[in-house]
Amino acid sequence: MSRVSLTALQVLVGVVALLLWHLLSTYPVFGVMLLPPFFFSNPVDVAQRIVKWFVEGTIWKHLWVTLTESALAFVIGSVGGVLVGFWFARKPVVAAVFDPYVKMANALPRVVLAPIFTLWLGLGIWSKVALGVTLVFFIVFFNVYQGVKEVSQTVLANARMLGMSERQLMRHVYWPSALSWMFSSLHTSVGFAVVGAVVGEYLGAAAGLGYLIQQAEGTFDVAGVFAGMFVLAAFVIVIDAVVTLAETRLLVWRPTAAENRG
Amino acid sequence: MVAAVSLQHVDIVFRLAGGGEYRAVSEASLDVADGEFVAIVGPTGCGKSTLLNAAAGLLAPATGDVRIFGERLAALNRQAGYLFQADALFPWKTALENVAIGLEIAGTAQTEARSRARDWLGRVGLANFGDRYPHMLSGGQRKRVGLAQVLIRDPKILLMDEPFGPLDAQTRQIMGNQLLDLWSADRKAVLFVTHDLEEAIALSDRVVIMSAGPAAHIIGDWRIPLVRPRDIAEIKLDPAFHDIHREIWDKLKTEVMKGYVRTGGGAGGDV
Repeated sequence: MSRVSLTALQVLVGVVALLLWHLLSTYPVFGVMLLPPFFFSNPVDVAQRIVKWFVEGTIWKHLWVTLTESALAFVIGSVGGVLVGFWFARKPVVAAVFDPYVKMANALPRVVLAPIFTLWLGLGIWSKVALGVTLVFFIVFFNVYQGVKEVSQTVLANARMLGMSERQLMRHVYWPSALSWMFSSLHTSVGFAVVGAVVGEYLGAAAGLGYLIQQAEGTFDVAGVFAGMFVLAAFVIVIDAVVTLAETRLLVWRPTAAENRG
Repeated sequence: MVAAVSLQHVDIVFRLAGGGEYRAVSEASLDVADGEFVAIVGPTGCGKSTLLNAAAGLLAPATGDVRIFGERLAALNRQAGYLFQADALFPWKTALENVAIGLEIAGTAQTEARSRARDWLGRVGLANFGDRYPHMLSGGQRKRVGLAQVLIRDPKILLMDEPFGPLDAQTRQIMGNQLLDLWSADRKAVLFVTHDLEEAIALSDRVVIMSAGPAAHIIGDWRIPLVRPRDIAEIKLDPAFHDIHREIWDKLKTEVMKGYVRTGGGAGGDV
């Protein structure tokens, strides 16, 4: 399928969905309103709301807060995950001792931590950052741990025969291997950083997209809820595009899936 | 003259995961003179690679000695370059970086190391492939990068573990000739492991035959009096080549059958 017709079909799906939404929430079918506006609003109202937010400029503050929280959660969680992942992978005894606790912490649904973080860190951004960190950390940690452990034994033996010291092995073998595993999970970890931020905001905040949605919901302002969801979706898509861009630059040495098949 | 590599009564024993031990190699003694090209041939799973790893210092023998230019090997063999059977290039480095790394970690300045790496890539016929990553190269090209990566460090001993194993027949022949060309320029001691007897005879000064494992040992040692320089394809047509081949094969055949029976006829992993 050509690019143009693919894009056309993709747009068509969106248009049809919006049209259905609009018709079913505006005109009754056999006397029954299938999508009562009270619960489903309608696309026109939602679009007006989004435009209003951007025209008045109120949305920028919320976007900025969510972006800051996500970025901080991602950076702090990643740095922590890389350091601990490396440490555990190189020191099997440490990994064995901490293993049950790591499993326990990872099994815990992180949402239950949100109230505690709010209690400890207040309603500001840091309680959301903390929630995001607990999500990002484990993804990066497990990937780096795996990356260091699964370095090809042949590559390792080759590096040793070429005369690498322990430090040089770190730099030229373990580190790139761990990073490649971390980058391959970039989409997931960035996604979880945003999830942490938004969920945190939703559960108690003074600003941010999650806060915006929660406020609208609290006043049965369904148009506001949908508008918030659309802005959030667009926000995530933009971030994901940036991640894809970073990924193609960082992992040039990797065969793509298509090459593997060929 | 003192041998470049000398294995003396080497036993290699692996501890098995479920307890007990596996004696892979037993009482192996072998000398490789400086500048000599020696091939080790044996049936699959006979412990040829194990013996090579002992010479590289990657494995410590349970008993016996490994001596490198007369000195007892206690750690990694720093005088040896090792060409592995499996892909051993750093996948995150370009061909040029892969070749240069051996010099860079030894303290050569990056520009100097890279320029010499470029020169080596040229020598293995990959002058225009320096910025390719390993996955963008064919199997044969990867082996040539590996060869340049090892040779740039100018090791006194070259250890090769079925380096051309995964390549197709034509590429193997080209690689063999290229190896002989590079080797004849400054004769290093070479220990070359292969299961291909023809390849072994065509390349080497001496062919050593190992018995089927476990407790594999050396059962034959032939000098190959064929003249050099050789062309791998042509030398296989030489009547002298056929005589040697027949003689060695008679001995090897029984060992191959033993190994075949033991592994149930399946393709055992060549450890």
